Amino acid sequence: MKIITGNDLKTGAVIWWTGQGWSLHVNEAVEAGEDGAATIAAEEAARRVNGAYLVDATQDADGIRPNHIKERIRALGPTVRLDLSLDPSATPAKVL
Amino acid sequence: MYLYDQYDQAMVDARVAEFRDQTRRRIEGTLSEEKFRPLRLQNGLYLQLHAYMLRVAVPYGTLSGAQMKMLGDIADKYDRGYGHFTTRQNIQYNWIKLEDTPDLLADLASVEMHAIQTSGNCIRNISSDQYAGAATDELIDPRPYAELLRQWSSFHPEFLALPRKFKICVIASETDRAAMRLHDIGIRIVKNDAGEIGCAFYVGGGMGRTPIIAPLVKEFVPLDQLITYSEACLRVYNRYGRRDNKYKARIKILVHELGLEEYRRQVEEEFAHLQTLAIEPPLAELERIKTYFADPAFETGLPDEIDLSNANFAKWVKANTAPHKAAGYAIATISLKALTRQEDGSVKAGIPGDATGEQIRVMADLAKRYSFDELRVTHTQNIVLPHVRKADLFALWQALVAAELATPNLDDVTDIIACPGLDYCTLANARSIPVAQKVAERMAPKAEEIGELKLKISGCINACGHHHAGHIGILGVDRKGVENYQLLLGGCEGADTSLASIVGPGFNEDGIVDAVEKATNFYLAQRQEGERFLDTYRRLGMAPFKEAIYG
Repeated sequence: MKIITGNDLKTGAVIWWTGQGWSLHVNEAVEAGEDGAATIAAEEAARRVNGAYLVDATQDADGIRPNHIKERIRALGPTVRLDLSLDPSATPAKVL
Repeated sequence: MYLYDQYDQAMVDARVAEFRDQTRRRIEGTLSEEKFRPLRLQNGLYLQLHAYMLRVAVPYGTLSGAQMKMLGDIADKYDRGYGHFTTRQNIQYNWIKLEDTPDLLADLASVEMHAIQTSGNCIRNISSDQYAGAATDELIDPRPYAELLRQWSSFHPEFLALPRKFKICVIASETDRAAMRLHDIGIRIVKNDAGEIGCAFYVGGGMGRTPIIAPLVKEFVPLDQLITYSEACLRVYNRYGRRDNKYKARIKILVHELGLEEYRRQVEEEFAHLQTLAIEPPLAELERIKTYFADPAFETGLPDEIDLSNANFAKWVKANTAPHKAAGYAIATISLKALTRQEDGSVKAGIPGDATGEQIRVMADLAKRYSFDELRVTHTQNIVLPHVRKADLFALWQALVAAELATPNLDDVTDIIACPGLDYCTLANARSIPVAQKVAERMAPKAEEIGELKLKISGCINACGHHHAGHIGILGVDRKGVENYQLLLGGCEGADTSLASIVGPGFNEDGIVDAVEKATNFYLAQRQEGERFLDTYRRLGMAPFKEAIYG
């Protein structure tokens, strides 16, 4: 699947497109569909996101997992400071 | 240390007000990101992996206690309770909010600090020797000249849009503690045969994807022509440096492509022209700056002996202190490469260069109590207290132990430089920090036996972790979406600067730790009396090390 991510303009926080708005939690992301580019353009124009882009991800029973390690680190936090992760279940194995 | 005059303060305050307005307009929507991005970068604000990252300038790595305390307060007030000291003698905060940044910059300005020119294609923070003003081997204190260069390069209208970023380093001793020849311009203050003091200019060094050791461009420039000659070097670069290709835009490429002789000829021509314009700052300004760097009031008649009956203290003194030019004093380095003994006997390594807000305030307080209110940030991501009475070292060490800042590992294999890597950086291809931690934890039991071994890790080819200059270097790369690590041997950033060479095929995260251990085991088996790892490598060459690692 393709999902959309970017950073919140005011806080810089990593955010994910939920279909209606933006979430801090990757598991709330939705398939971007064919309108991904249009969504990005509209949301950036409305200043609800900064630097948005599409990423490949996989959905399974555990939730949504970005395919590339860089996006997994963005989703879950630095692997060396998981105490700062938004997801209390984040572990190095889950990130990697 | 230098204190702002009314012009310095007015410029910094004006910049804060300007950025406050720009930020407001960006959030309100009258400035697009395309227009805002260069403005925030000019104020050191990047958008990184998890949030905005702010890089704060620490001119030539020198800080007062009040400035250091503010850095700790900022970590708690605006970030997540910590800061990261960098290989450019600066500090970075990883979790900054755009909407908070103007207030943060105002707090910085209140202690004569800023984040100007910590990004962009301009002259960046001037770096220098962290032992400046304290070292036994320096000719003169290089900091007044670094400060003069800071003032000249700040908002210099001609050099705010260079082909690429530009880094200058000034030192004044034979022992190079600042990787001087790996800068765009490296300046060594020297004495000529006539006994006059001047500057040797090395131009066109750097790391990144094309590492080059800066060649000597001019052996001796009189000190009162320092700015004029620097301007000549920059002008030739600004005129002919490549703007068509980011990867060939640094001055090292220009010097290499023109050839040293032709670059030198053009600089001399420009230098002769500039001398007719009398652009050198008046001597009175240099003398004014120098007064800020006068020696503190060192006491005389202090004892040189240190009671080393406490074995752990003795170990710290041996590893983390250096001789001072004043009798009865020492230079103390606080390691930010913590190794903490766990209940099961194992060792846990900290994150290189990271310190909590509270630890930063502790170091500020210790500077006030024991080091004439001065600290230095080193390019090896440690903190120096430059002027400590030997009689105070034990009390200092006890305070450092209480703050978990007393790891005695300066320049050993666990004192690792590591860039933020893929844990924080958008440019990185692989993580650096966990590799540094694994190497440190594996090697800690043998570190004392191995002795001096400078290990440096970068998470991408941009080489912020100085892997080219490591006795052992590690470069993280992306191999089809998987982190992979190349091993390099033989680099050195000191007076005998050399560039490390890649040993062979890369390794995964665990494999690179094994490879480092094999290399050090081979060294221990082969070393001759008094040889460091680097000496043994230079004597034997790559082949036997490669065989030991891959065989």
